[in-house]
Amino acid sequence: MDAAHAHNGHGHEAHGHHYTGIMRWITTTNHKDIGTLYLVFSLTMFFVGGLLAMGIRLELLQPGLQFWQPEFFNELTTMHGLIMVFGAIMPAFVGFANWQVPMMIGAPDMAFARMNNWSFWLLPPAATLLVVSFFVPGGATAAGWTLYTPLSTQMGPGMDLAIFALHIMGAASIMGSINIITTILNMRAPGMTLMKMPLFVWTWLITAYLLIAIMPVLAGAVTMILTDRHFGTNFFNAAGGGDPVLFQHVFWFFGHPEVYVMILPGFGIVSQVVPTFSRKPLFGYSSMVYATASIAILSFIVWAHHMFTVGMPAAAQLFFMYTTMLIAVPTGVKVFNWIATMWKGSLTFETPMLFACGFIFVFSMGGFTGLVLAIVPVDIQLQDTYYVVAHFHYVLVAGSLFSLFAGVYYWMPKWTGHMYDETLGKWHFWLSMIFFNVTFFPMHFAGLAGMPRRIPDYALQFADFNMISSLGAFGFGLSQLIFVYVVVQCIRSGAKAADKTWEGAEGLEWTLPSPPPYHTWETPPVVK
Amino acid sequence: MLNQSARYFIPDPSIWPITGSTALLCMASGAASWFNGWAPGKFVLLTGVAIFIYMLVGWFHTVAHESEGGQYNKQVDVSFRWGMSWFIFSEVMFFGAFFGALFYMRVLSVPWLGDLEHKLLWPDFNPAWPAAGPALKDPFTPMAAWGIPALNTFLLLSSGVTVTWAHWGLLKNNRQQLIWGLVFTIALGLTFLGCQIYEYGHAYSDLNLKLTTGAYGASFFMLTGFHGFHVTIGCVMLTSILGRCLAGHFRPDHHFGFEGVAWYWHFVDVVWLLLFIFVYWL
Repeated sequence: MDAAHAHNGHGHEAHGHHYTGIMRWITTTNHKDIGTLYLVFSLTMFFVGGLLAMGIRLELLQPGLQFWQPEFFNELTTMHGLIMVFGAIMPAFVGFANWQVPMMIGAPDMAFARMNNWSFWLLPPAATLLVVSFFVPGGATAAGWTLYTPLSTQMGPGMDLAIFALHIMGAASIMGSINIITTILNMRAPGMTLMKMPLFVWTWLITAYLLIAIMPVLAGAVTMILTDRHFGTNFFNAAGGGDPVLFQHVFWFFGHPEVYVMILPGFGIVSQVVPTFSRKPLFGYSSMVYATASIAILSFIVWAHHMFTVGMPAAAQLFFMYTTMLIAVPTGVKVFNWIATMWKGSLTFETPMLFACGFIFVFSMGGFTGLVLAIVPVDIQLQDTYYVVAHFHYVLVAGSLFSLFAGVYYWMPKWTGHMYDETLGKWHFWLSMIFFNVTFFPMHFAGLAGMPRRIPDYALQFADFNMISSLGAFGFGLSQLIFVYVVVQCIRSGAKAADKTWEGAEGLEWTLPSPPPYHTWETPPVVK
Repeated sequence: MLNQSARYFIPDPSIWPITGSTALLCMASGAASWFNGWAPGKFVLLTGVAIFIYMLVGWFHTVAHESEGGQYNKQVDVSFRWGMSWFIFSEVMFFGAFFGALFYMRVLSVPWLGDLEHKLLWPDFNPAWPAAGPALKDPFTPMAAWGIPALNTFLLLSSGVTVTWAHWGLLKNNRQQLIWGLVFTIALGLTFLGCQIYEYGHAYSDLNLKLTTGAYGASFFMLTGFHGFHVTIGCVMLTSILGRCLAGHFRPDHHFGFEGVAWYWHFVDVVWLLLFIFVYWL
């Protein structure tokens, strides 16, 4: 594999006509271009969703209604959730898959390069529909990102725009996932057997399977909302024999695997970063693969733990409680393996490693609160309180988002050919880590004391916790501007990065130049 | 992992994806505004549909051109097979959502609405399936299984046979058998759709069975409607394959375009069997 890259660069084949300027990005079929588009898009949406979060925390800074009407506050929470989930986190991971999967398995590009372009270019129209929905009569949907009926069957045109945006983003996700699965299954370099694949590739293989299984279910669920709204069906209307709770079942059949869609590729990134900076191979590679697969399979039989309070037979509650707790086993295997990888390793703590260690620490806390919430009698107390908000932000911000930051700092030198500013990267990590905990740790207490989520006002006894959370949130938001500065500075004027940026890094991507040529692995490397 | 000597095919930059995205933006915004009472929305929707059809024609024309130009090697062929298989899996899950809704209503929500707790609210409601729900008093007749639906089952199963017969013709390089097999398949598919349209008319005018007829009407029309939509797409795909066959496309050893459509057609067939059993019969 060493000599293969020496002569495979330079994009010298001049077939067809190529576009320049903006049209290059609109028409591109190159996985690196499309990966960049995904990452830029998701960073943009991260700030849009972040702005909405700032609006939420601004209102909650003090008790009483300060800035927004309650309806608009609900729009903020709903759209913050939808935009962060579908606009920021998911596309960011797909961006990583686009850049990394072909380089890591020795493939020349994605299997369906033209469809790959469409998977990305469906996202800006969908995001447009979501953002525009703030400005239609009645405003954006305010039903919460879970779009529960009967709220969602009653709202204005903003709801329809959200439904269609979800349809389009779902189609984009399905196409992207088909592409990733096919690339991994069919385009590996000779000798790259399944059990030699980097763990990031494994996690994406399993994530893509999950996405293909669940996005059509979400499409079905929102289609039923649409027909209930406009065509007189009675899926979610008890008067016609339907049931609003039916929506919750269909939604969470999608929704629970969806949360693993947002964390499994993060596990993959951390499993690349930790061995590199421990200068040891990953501990328990095959158990990592099996653990990822178990999490994926279990994710289909836990969904009703989101809805213990809607009423279900005790046997069903027990079933969903136990299956939910079972998920702690493979997750525990993973955390154990990461720590065992570091054990007696020759550790250094560059920014990617800091984010990976932060991920392990804080994500585990989110995992533990998940176990607490899995216990039915506890969950019945904590349903829809800020304890739940704290829990899922611990796994989604400190989990998914921190793993994304780890991945960006880890591979950005490869992508751009430049080193980022290590000092600023470390500032970004420590400020994010501190402000994250300042924001979300007090929410546990507010939730345990009974503060309900999705309400713009609250009783006086929650005032101190909310003040701390809000100040932390503003700090967290501002800290992310450092990240933008670091990225821009890295692209424009960073020092030259070595081909193998990190001393302990292993894998095909590090045998390529930094930055890699436009087309890589046109002649597949041979993996021994 | 196959055929490393031949270079993998990577398509040139293309305008078709952005065309499709523009179409979907028009369709979504047009439909959303039309459904909420802004009449011109339907023209935006139709414009979107027109652009979408233009995109499909252009995109598949490009694909057919590349395929016949010999640019797709064995590895690309395997990619198409994986891709189509996973696409069909996603369709299975889409229908799964609606079947799930049907089973939930039949097995859980309708019986709950007739149980003792609800007697106070709806003393006269009989929760036997097919049911329209406790508050919809408009009487209706459920669709019988052994008339047109049974005939439709026969039609679709036969079309599965004819498409396989056409495939055998293609494998033997018997172009007559290939073309006639496709013609029969399309004819059977169109007849199925004709019967389905007649059945809907019958349901609305004679049986008082409508989309608004509660749990039964919603699940009946949404499931059979989405299935009929898929049959329509299948017919369009078969017709385009027929056109390519008439133009001399496909070889006995290189015809995934045909096979992919045949897989899709069999998938639509299997969905119908489940519909026949769970929506019409039981």
